[in-house]
Amino acid sequence: MLTPEEQREIEQEAASYPERRAASIDALRIVQRRRGWVSDEALADVAELLGMSPAELESVATFYNLIFRKPVGRHVILICDSVSCWIMGYTKVRDHLKARLGINFGETTSDGRFTLLPIVCLGACDRAPVMMVDEDTHLDLTPARIDAILERYE
Amino acid sequence: MANVKLTIDGKTVEAPANTLLIEAARRAGIEIPAFCYYEGLALQAACRMCLVEVEKAPKLMTACTLPVAEGMVVRTNTPQVAQARKSMLEFVLTNHPLDCPVCDKGGECELQDMVFRYGAGESRFLEVKQHVDEREWSPVVFYDRPRCILCFRCVRICAEGMGVAALGVVNRGASSEIAPNRGDHLECDECGMCIDICPVGALTSGTYRYRTRPWEMQHVGTICTHCADGCKTTLGIRNNRIHRGNNRDRSGVNGEFLCIKGRYAGDFAHHEERLLTPLVRSQDGFKPVSWAEAIKTVAGRFAEIRQRGGKFGVIGSNHTTNEENYYLQKLARTGLGTNNIDHHRTGDVLSLLRARVPLATTADLYHSKAVLIVGVDLAQQHSFLAYQIRANWRHHQARVYTVRRGPVREDKIAARIVSVEPGGELAGVETLRDDLAKEPELVILFGDAIQGEAVARLTEFGSSLGIPVKYVCLVDYSNSRGAVEMGVLPAEGGMTLPEMMAAGDLDALWVVGANPLRRHALAGKPFLVVQDLFLTETAQAADVVLPAASAYEKSGTVTNVCGEVQRLQKAFETPGTKTDLEIFGLIAREMGLDLKQLGPWTPSAVFAEIARTVPGYDLPVEVLEAGGAVQAGPSDGLPDAVWAPVQSAGDTLFTSGTLGRYSKMLNAVREAPGELYRA
Amino acid sequence: MLYNEPSPLEVKVLTRRFGLPNSQSLDTYLASDGYKAFRKAVEMGPEKVLEELKVSNLRGRGGAGFPTGMKWGFVPRNSPKPKYVVVNADEGEPGTCKDRLLMENDPHQLLEGMLIAGFVVDAHVGYIYVRGEYRYVIEILDRAIAEAYERGYLGKNILGTGFDFDVYTHTGAGSYECGEESALLESLEGKRGVPRIRPPFPAVAGLYQCPTVLNNVESFSAVPAIIRDGGAAFAALGTPKNGGTRLFCISGHVNKPGVYELPMGFNLLRMINEVAGGVRGGKKLKAVIPGGSSCPVLKAEECDISMDFDSLAKAKSMLGSGGVIVMDEDTCMVKAALRIMRFYQHESCGWCIPCREGTLWLRKLLARVHEGGGTQSDVPLIGELAKNMLGRTFCPLGDAAAMPTIAFVEKFREEFEAHLNGAPCPFESKPVSA
Repeated sequence: MLTPEEQREIEQEAASYPERRAASIDALRIVQRRRGWVSDEALADVAELLGMSPAELESVATFYNLIFRKPVGRHVILICDSVSCWIMGYTKVRDHLKARLGINFGETTSDGRFTLLPIVCLGACDRAPVMMVDEDTHLDLTPARIDAILERYE
Repeated sequence: MANVKLTIDGKTVEAPANTLLIEAARRAGIEIPAFCYYEGLALQAACRMCLVEVEKAPKLMTACTLPVAEGMVVRTNTPQVAQARKSMLEFVLTNHPLDCPVCDKGGECELQDMVFRYGAGESRFLEVKQHVDEREWSPVVFYDRPRCILCFRCVRICAEGMGVAALGVVNRGASSEIAPNRGDHLECDECGMCIDICPVGALTSGTYRYRTRPWEMQHVGTICTHCADGCKTTLGIRNNRIHRGNNRDRSGVNGEFLCIKGRYAGDFAHHEERLLTPLVRSQDGFKPVSWAEAIKTVAGRFAEIRQRGGKFGVIGSNHTTNEENYYLQKLARTGLGTNNIDHHRTGDVLSLLRARVPLATTADLYHSKAVLIVGVDLAQQHSFLAYQIRANWRHHQARVYTVRRGPVREDKIAARIVSVEPGGELAGVETLRDDLAKEPELVILFGDAIQGEAVARLTEFGSSLGIPVKYVCLVDYSNSRGAVEMGVLPAEGGMTLPEMMAAGDLDALWVVGANPLRRHALAGKPFLVVQDLFLTETAQAADVVLPAASAYEKSGTVTNVCGEVQRLQKAFETPGTKTDLEIFGLIAREMGLDLKQLGPWTPSAVFAEIARTVPGYDLPVEVLEAGGAVQAGPSDGLPDAVWAPVQSAGDTLFTSGTLGRYSKMLNAVREAPGELYRA
Repeated sequence: MLYNEPSPLEVKVLTRRFGLPNSQSLDTYLASDGYKAFRKAVEMGPEKVLEELKVSNLRGRGGAGFPTGMKWGFVPRNSPKPKYVVVNADEGEPGTCKDRLLMENDPHQLLEGMLIAGFVVDAHVGYIYVRGEYRYVIEILDRAIAEAYERGYLGKNILGTGFDFDVYTHTGAGSYECGEESALLESLEGKRGVPRIRPPFPAVAGLYQCPTVLNNVESFSAVPAIIRDGGAAFAALGTPKNGGTRLFCISGHVNKPGVYELPMGFNLLRMINEVAGGVRGGKKLKAVIPGGSSCPVLKAEECDISMDFDSLAKAKSMLGSGGVIVMDEDTCMVKAALRIMRFYQHESCGWCIPCREGTLWLRKLLARVHEGGGTQSDVPLIGELAKNMLGRTFCPLGDAAAMPTIAFVEKFREEFEAHLNGAPCPFESKPVSA
C-alpha cells in the first residue's frame, strides 16, 4: 500500500502531464526516497495508481540506474567511475571505500548502513573524484575526506 | 498512390511512393536481409542488417525505414554493404551460444541462414559469453535469453497482432531481455505467435522442444479442426504423431495466424483414451470387436428396423467433412428413409442464408472500412476473426463497433462501444444507426444472440443503411457451417435434435461425431450407434461404438464460418480408426443398399456430387486441391429445412468441446480452461 | 555548490550573474536585466526573434552543434496540435559539468530562454528534463519556477502580454541515453529511454508526437542575452559560423580545473595553460579530449587549435559538449580507452545489435589488453570493431563509443602494443598522480 503522502506526491506529479504514465519515473523515485528501494509490491501499487501494468512499469524501472529493485542499505554510495574521476584518482578512492566498508560493489555492509555501487559520470568533473551518498554529491574526494563524509550518515 | 522509379543495383524498380525500400527491393527480387523488420509490424531499425548504400547519403541507410523516392539510387551488393552485414552478424553471434546442434530451430533458423549467406566463416570473439538460464514462462512458451537477438518481433506480434501485450523488455544494454507480463510467467492467449515469429531458437514451445528435428518431420498443411474460423495449420508429423502445428508459410486464409488450438491442441488425437477398436455392448458392458463384426451388428439392426418401418434418428457432426455430412444425410434420407436428421446448431446460419444478403469472407474483415461485432466475445471465441479485424484497424484504420454484454478485447480498438443487457442486442445496434450510415461499407458479425426473426431484422437494418453491408453468422466448430449447407437438418416433418432426444419412440439413433447427451437427456431406448474419437457421455450409452478418425486423419473439405471451403489433407493415421465416410459406406454396403444410387464413398467422388447438387458448391476443385479457399454461394437458403433455435457452446480460447477436453495442452495452461482470461 | 574562481580571460555572458549574492533569486535576476529579453521578444514578434537567433550563429550546446535558430524554425507554427518546449538538462557526457552550474546559479536565465522559445513557436507548456543525479538542481529550479509564478513571470497572461506558459521539472533516473533527444522524449513520456526512429524529428513530431522545441540548457540560457543585446553582438564574440561564448569544463590534470565561459574559437593550449593554470605538478601534457568523452582524443602536439565546431571537425575531432579532459604524461591511454568504453557499454540502451554487442565486446577486449592478455592481432581488432559500429548504430551513442576508441588506438598504437603478451601496464607501476 502506498502511504497517503506518497499518493499525494505522485498525484501531484501526474497532474503535470497529458498522460499519467509520464509520472512513472517520478513516482518510483518518490517511493524509493522513503523506502530505499522499490519492492514488487510497491511497483504494483505505483503501476495501478498510474494506470499501467506492473510489467510495463518494471520495463521502465529496470532501464534506469537509479531505481533499485533490490533492497539496499540505509545509505547508498554511488561512486563515479568515468574518465575524469578515474584520471583524478578514482582507483585510490574506490579501494579506500571498499576497504573501509569491507564490501565490494553491489554489496551492503553487515550493519545495513551502506550499499556501495559504481555510477557513471555525475557531472562534477571539475571537482573529481566525486561520489553521491543518497542524494548528496561529494566533491574533491580523498581517503581522508571520505572518512569524514561517511561519519555523517548514520 | 503515385509510383516512383528508383534504381536498385542497377535495376530500375517501380514502386508506390512511400513504399519502404526493403519492400520495394523484395518485390523486385532483391533480398535485403533483416531480423527486426517484419511486414505488418511496427518498424524498429534495431538489427541493422538492412543497411544499404544510398547515393548522396553520407552513411549506410536502413532499408527498413527508408521510403522510396523518385530517382533514388540504391546499392545492396557493394563490398561496403557486404562488410556491414558480416560485421552485424559477427556482433550478434558474440553472445549467442551457437548451440545449433541441440536447438529446436536448427535447420530452419533465420540466424543460421543469414550467417550461412552473409556471415564470416570464423569467430574472432575470444571473450567470455554472457549466460542466463533458460526459463519456462508457461507450458507453451520457453525463453532462452542467450539465443535471443532482441529483434522484438515477439513483443510486437503480441501487442500489435494479438492485442495482448504480454511481452515486454526489461533491463538495459547487453542485459536486456524479453520478459513475460506476470514477472516469472505468462498470462496470455498462449497462442504461440511469439514462438513462431522468433527468427531464432530463443522462444520454443513446450510441445515441440527437444522432440525432433525439422527435417525429420513431414509437413502437412490442413485445416484446424477446432473452431469455425478455418485456419490452415501445417502439422509436423513424425511416426504418426503430430509434433507441432504452425503456418509459417502463410498459406491459407489465416496467413501466419494460429491460436493455441491450431498450434498445440492437435494432441487430442494421441490421447491415451482414444478409441482404437469398435465396441459392442454386451451384458458385461462393452466388448471390443472387429470392425467386420461391428459393422455387421449395426447394419443388421438398421436393416431390420428399416424393413419393419421403424423410426430412425440421425445426429450429425460439427467437425466431419462436407463429404461425410452430405453422404450421411443422403444415406439417412434414401437408405434409412428418415427425415429425422439434425446437428447441434451453434449459430443461425439458416436464417442468414435465407435473408439472401452478401456474406463476408475472412479477407473482408481485414479490408472493410467498418466492422460491427454484435453479441460475441470475438477474441475469445473467434480468435482469427478478431485478429483480422485488429490488423484492419492497425493497417487501414478500420472503424470498429461493438455491441456486447460485458467488456471485450475489441473495445480497445472500437470507435464506439454499446453495452446491452441480454436480448438488447438489436436495440443496441439501432443506436449506432447514424454512425454506421456514414460508413462507406460495413461487415456485421453476430453470434447466437441474434437468431430467428432477429436475423431478419438485423439484415433489414443493414439494408436500410444505404451502404454495402456483408454478414458473418458466427458458429462454433470447424464444419458447423458445412453441416447446415450439406443438409444435416430435418426437412418439413422431420425431427430436430432436441425432438429426437425427447421423442422416446425412436428405434435407432445414429450419432456421428456429436455428444448430445451432454446437453439433452435421451428418452426411450433406441438402438444407439455412436461414431466418435472418445468414449463421450453419448458413446458410453451406446450399443455400438465405432472409433472414428479425426479431421487430421482424413481428406475432404470443410466450410468455415465465412462460408469459405477448404480442403483437409490427411496428415497421419491412427491404426484402428476409420473415417466417418468409410464407416458410412461400409454400413450401407452391409445393409445391401443401392450403392450405385448412393455413389462411391471417396471424398473426391462425393465432392463432385456436392458440386452438382448443392447450390453454391460448384467450386473450382483445382483451387481447393492447391490448398486455396473459395467462398461457397450463393445458397438457395435451404427452403425445405426446418428452422430451430440455436445455441453456441460458448467455448473460449482454452476449451473446444469434446476435443478440447482431450487436449492435454489446453488443460495444462494456467489460464484455466473455461474461464475467460481478458487481455 | 561552489563555482570555481573565475579567470580574467573569461567573457561572461551566460555566467555574468554567477557569484552574485543570491544569484538564483528572481530579484537578483531582475536587477541585472532579467526578463527584459522576453518583453523585447514580445515586442519584436516571433519572426524577428528567429531572425536574431539566426544572426547570432548560436549552435546547439548539447554536442551536435546544430544552429538553434534553424531548429526553432522547423516547428510548424500553424499545427493544430499543442506544442512543447523541452529543455535537455540530462547532462551526462563524461567531462561535462556546465548545465549543472547554469541551472544552479542562474535558473531564471534558463526559464526566460524557455519563455522566449514558447512565445516564438506558440507553445504553452515547457518541461525541464533534469538528470536523476541532479536532485538538488531540481529543487533550485522548482524554487525559481514557484517564484516566477508568484510574480507573474509564468502562468497566465505573463506580464500582461496575453501569453500563457507553464513550466514543470521532470526527473530522470540515471540513463545517459536519455540525453539523446528522442530518447529523452520517450523518457519524458514515462517510458524506457530508447531512441525513436528519425525522421520525424522533434520539431515536427516530438513530445506526444507534437511539435517540440528541444535544446540543451546552455542553448536556452544563451537566448535572453542574444535577444537583449542583439544576435550580431553575440555572433561577434565568437568566430564566423560559431557565434558567442561557450562554457568549457576543464577537468583532469590541470592546476585550476573548472567551468570557464570563453569565446568560441579560444585556443585550446591557452585554455589549458592560461585559463586552467597549466598541467599539474609540472608534468608534460600528453593528450586532451576536447569536448566530452565521445570526442576523439588530441595528442599534445595537436592542441594548438581553435576551439570551435569547424576547426575541431577539421582535426577529425569534435567540440561536443565542451568537456575538456586533460591528461598528463603518466596517463595510460589503454586504460583511458577502457574507462570510456565501460561508460558507453554501461549506458547502451541495448536496442541495436552493433552498439549493444559491440560496446560489450570492446569493453572485454580492452580490459583483456590492459591486463596484458592481448596479442598482436588484438590491437587492429579494437579499431576494426569500433569502425564496424561507426555510422551503423541506431543512435549516436554507438558513434560516441566508436570514435574515441578509434582515435586512441590509432594515435597511441605503440602504447597498446606495450601492453601485449603478459606485459604489465607500464603506467600502473608508477605512482598515481592524484
